[in-house]
Amino acid sequence: MKVKVIVTLKEGVLDPQGKAIQQTLNGMNFSDVKQVRQGKYFDIEVNIEDEKNAKSKVEEMCKKLLANLVIEDYKIL
Amino acid sequence: MKSSVIIFPGSNCDRDTDVALKKFGFKNQMVWHNDPEIPKSDLIVLPGGFSYGDYLRCGSIAAKSRIIKSVIDFANSGGLVIGICNGFQILIETGLLPGTLLTNKYLKFICKNVFVKLNKDESKYFKNIKKNVLELHIAHNDGNYFCSKDELKSLEDNNQIAVNYCGQNGEVTEEFNPNGSINNIAGIFNKNKNIIGMMPHPERMIDKCLSSNDGNFFFENLFKNLK
Repeated sequence: MKVKVIVTLKEGVLDPQGKAIQQTLNGMNFSDVKQVRQGKYFDIEVNIEDEKNAKSKVEEMCKKLLANLVIEDYKIL
Repeated sequence: MKSSVIIFPGSNCDRDTDVALKKFGFKNQMVWHNDPEIPKSDLIVLPGGFSYGDYLRCGSIAAKSRIIKSVIDFANSGGLVIGICNGFQILIETGLLPGTLLTNKYLKFICKNVFVKLNKDESKYFKNIKKNVLELHIAHNDGNYFCSKDELKSLEDNNQIAVNYCGQNGEVTEEFNPNGSINNIAGIFNKNKNIIGMMPHPERMIDKCLSSNDGNFFFENLFKNLK
């Protein structure tokens, strides 16, 4: 099955790319944009059919490689 | 005195480091990232570059390569390990050094000479070094050192801040902070001071024709301290 993961910077961690995107959007007259935080998206296909097992495996991957837990949070969708 | 420089796909300061180490008497060997073990060494250097194209996060893929297990064992048994630039990023990703290196504050790749102040107190790296401030080169996109307040306090309490960006006379102020690093941190030690990670490149500064030879102080002193 496929498992989707989103990794984002923790609140309070400076995100200069998100900030640059936000300022650019503001400059393009999207004046409603208050804040942009940029993240990463992973689409992981595993040879496990049981959803619970698959997700727990992916959680291990998040902790060990996909996210840097000092500055990032992960969300398994 | 034997040293090992590890080459990852995308390392590009490996040979400069080899030249620098040999210049001051180290018998250096180049070690491929996919080798099972480090040959007998007194010092391991993880060189600068862009291992694995900086995919995922700088240093994150290299930190899981085959050779790393023996680097971690070597470091945990007190062996001397230096990570320069991408090598510093790799050490952080292995968990051997705390904190993390974020993208530079102004999103620019910075390539220039800087002055850095050395913490000469305890480590084999800087003890007895003739100068307090060195002019070295930095070249990075992700060198903005970041850690939690508690972590920072623990770094300070254990005297682990190894190198700070500064002015020519050693002034550690925001004016001389090139990349947004907390407290101008350019390099740190682990608690035992056998591991150092730093963004500046001493190996690029070992000859006057390279705009400064302050890197000589580092390598010469290191060799003497290890002898």
